[in-house]
Amino acid sequence: MSPTPAQLRALFEPRGVVVAGASTHPGKFGFVTLHNLLAAGYAGRVGATNLEGATVLGVQTVPDLSDLDDGPWDLLFVCTPGATVPGLLRAAAAKGITAAFLTTAGYGEAGEQGRAAEAELVALCDELGILLAGPNGQGVVSTAAGLCAQIVAPFPPAGSIAVASQSGNFVSSFMNWSCATGVGISRAVSAGNAAAVGVGDYLRYFADDPATSVSLAYVEGIADGPRFAADLAAAAAQKPVVLMKGGATAGGARAAASHTGSLATDDRTFDGLCRQVGAVRAGSVEEAFEAAASFATQPLPRGNRVMVLTTAGGWGVVTADAVTRHPDLELAPLADDLAAALDELLPPRWSRNNPVDLAGGETRDTIPQVLELVANHPDVDAVVHLGVGIQANQARLMREGPFYPDHGLERIVDFHERQDARYARAAQEVSEATGKPVLVATELAVAFPDNPGPAAVRAGGRLCYPSADRAVTALGHMWRRARYLQRRGGA
Amino acid sequence: MAPSTRTLSEQDSKSLLAGFGVPFAAEVLVVDGPAARAAVESVGGPCALKLCGDAIAHKTERGLVRLGVTAADAAGVAEELLSAGRPEDGVTGVLVAEMVHGTRELIAGVARDPQFGPTVLLGVGGVLAEAVADVAVRLLPVARVDALEMLEQLQLQTLLGPFRGEPAVDPGAVADVLLALGRAVAARPDIVSVDLNPLVVRDGRPVAVDALVELGEPAP
Repeated sequence: MSPTPAQLRALFEPRGVVVAGASTHPGKFGFVTLHNLLAAGYAGRVGATNLEGATVLGVQTVPDLSDLDDGPWDLLFVCTPGATVPGLLRAAAAKGITAAFLTTAGYGEAGEQGRAAEAELVALCDELGILLAGPNGQGVVSTAAGLCAQIVAPFPPAGSIAVASQSGNFVSSFMNWSCATGVGISRAVSAGNAAAVGVGDYLRYFADDPATSVSLAYVEGIADGPRFAADLAAAAAQKPVVLMKGGATAGGARAAASHTGSLATDDRTFDGLCRQVGAVRAGSVEEAFEAAASFATQPLPRGNRVMVLTTAGGWGVVTADAVTRHPDLELAPLADDLAAALDELLPPRWSRNNPVDLAGGETRDTIPQVLELVANHPDVDAVVHLGVGIQANQARLMREGPFYPDHGLERIVDFHERQDARYARAAQEVSEATGKPVLVATELAVAFPDNPGPAAVRAGGRLCYPSADRAVTALGHMWRRARYLQRRGGA
Repeated sequence: MAPSTRTLSEQDSKSLLAGFGVPFAAEVLVVDGPAARAAVESVGGPCALKLCGDAIAHKTERGLVRLGVTAADAAGVAEELLSAGRPEDGVTGVLVAEMVHGTRELIAGVARDPQFGPTVLLGVGGVLAEAVADVAVRLLPVARVDALEMLEQLQLQTLLGPFRGEPAVDPGAVADVLLALGRAVAARPDIVSVDLNPLVVRDGRPVAVDALVELGEPAP
C-alpha cells in the first residue's frame, strides 16, 4: 500500500515527535536521537519514553507512551527492541500518530523469522493507518522543519536537495558533502529495509514537495521493478532525480539463449530506464552529489556549447579536452564578434580561442567584463570559469608570512581577497542575469575552503566545483536533462 | 534459457517479425540441392545458405552459414549443410538468402529482464557483438524519441556516420526496427527474446539477415 501525502507530511513535517526508548546512556541510539532532535533546534513538540521515566537531556520522559499528553504528536521514532514495537504502535495510533520511523533491527535482514516479523509489522501499520519507515533505518532529516531525528550525524544546512537511500551510510555521505560544500538539503531519509515505504515512494513525495528542487537517491536491490520504474518516471517528470546504484557490477553475464539476452544485463537495463525517464545516473558519491547540487543551484543550459574561461593556460587546455571528450557537450567556437569585443579588453597575447585564456592580462575589472561578454553571447550555452582564488591564495601566504602587514602587504592582501570574492560573485550574477550555468571550478574549494573566492561561491549558495573535470561532468548531466525535456516538449 | 521456452526456426522467426515491419533480405527455403541451385538463380548473384531448424541457435559458431555461394556450388553446399544437422536441431531445410552487402553490422533484439520485464536492445552487431558490448537498452514500450536516443547512445559513433564509401546510418530507419520489435512484443506477450544479428547496414539502412525468436509464458 502506498503511503498517503498526509502520512508523509507526518514523517517530514511532524508537529510533535515521540522518541521511544530515550536512554540516559549517551552511547545508546535513544539518547543520541533525542540529543540530535533537540540540538538541531526542532521547533515542534518533543516527547520521549523511558522504562524508568527518567529525565533525559531535560525532557521528562514517561514509562509508557499512553501516559503522554494528547499532543499533537505525528511521528514516533523507535529505538527499542522488536518485542516492544507492536505495543508502541498501538499506543501511538491512540495518540493520533500517523508515521513511525523504526531503527529497530532483526526484521527482513535477519532470516526467515525476521521476514515473518516484518510482514506482521507491515500488516499492523496498515491496520493502524501508520506509515512505516524502516525498519533497520538510520533516521529522517527535514531542515525546513528543523528536524534531525536520526541516530547519526550530521545535520546539514538547509537547501533544496532531497535524499532517499536504501543505505543509511549514503544519507550520511550526501549530507556530509552538503556540509562541506554548503549546498543544502531539504529532506533526507534512510529507507532501511523499506518494508512498506521504498525509495520510489519518497521520490514521489519529493517531486510534489515545494521545499525540494531535486532528488538524490541511492538504490541497491529493487523489490518491485515495474512499481519502481513507475515511481521514478513520475518523479523525474516533475523534477530532476539523480540516482546512484549499488551492485551495478554484480550478476554479470546471464546464461541466455540469445545474444540480446546476454547483452541486456541488469546494469544496462537500469541505465536504460534512467535515460528513458530523464533521470540522471551517477557513478560515484561525488558525482551524484555534485549533479544534484548543480540542479539545485544553476539554471539548466539551453544548449551544449561550453565556453571555458581561464586566467592560466594549462587549466583551460585540459578543461577544453574534457568538454571535447564528453559525448554530449561541445566546445563553443569563438565567434568573430565575441573575439573582437574581447580584443578591446585583453592584451594582444590572449588566446583568441576557446578556452578564453586571459593570459594574465586582467586588470581590476577585466574578469567580470569578460564573463559578461562571454555569457551573454548567443553562441554560448554555459561557462566553466577557472582561476578564481589564485590571488587570494597568494594573499593568504602573505597574511600568514613574517612580513605582514608591512611593506604594503596589508593593502595588497586586502585587494586580492576582495577581487577574488568579486570574481565569484560576478560569476553568479552573470549566470542569474543570462539564465545560463556558470560553473566556478578550483581545487582551492577543498585545499583552502575559506579562500575568499570559493567562500564567496559558497556564500552565494552555489557549488564551487573541486576540479574542472567534475564541473564538466556535472554540466553534462544538466545538459542531458535539458535535452531530454526539450525533445519531449517539456521545457 | 528457461526450460519452458522454445525457439522458432529462422524462417518462422523472420515471418513473425516481418509482419510487424522488421526489414529482411529476400530469401527462399529449400529442402534439397537442386532446389537450392534454382533458388540462387532466381535471387540472382551469390547467396547466403544457412541451415534452418526449429532449435538452431548460434549458427555461425557451428559453421552452418555459408556466404557468397554461387549457383554452380549451391547444390553441393546445401547437401553439406543438411547432413551437418543434428537430430535435436529440428531441421526444416536450407535458407537461400540474398547477400546483403554492408560493412557495418548492428544487433537489435528483445530480452525479458527478470526485474523490469520486456526490454529492447540496440548495439554494434556481428560476430563481435558480445565482445564489443556497445549497446543501449530500454524498457518496452519505447517511443520513437527513445529509439533515436538508443542509437545516439552507442559509443562507436564513428561507425554511424559516412563510412568507407557508404552513407551515414539513417537514424529513423534504425528507430523503425526498434519500434517494430516493440509492436511485436505488445502483440505477442509470449515473446521471451528476439535476436536480429546481424542487422546489416546497406546503403545506410538496416536489413536483418538473421532472426531468432524465443517464445514462452506470456510476460505478466
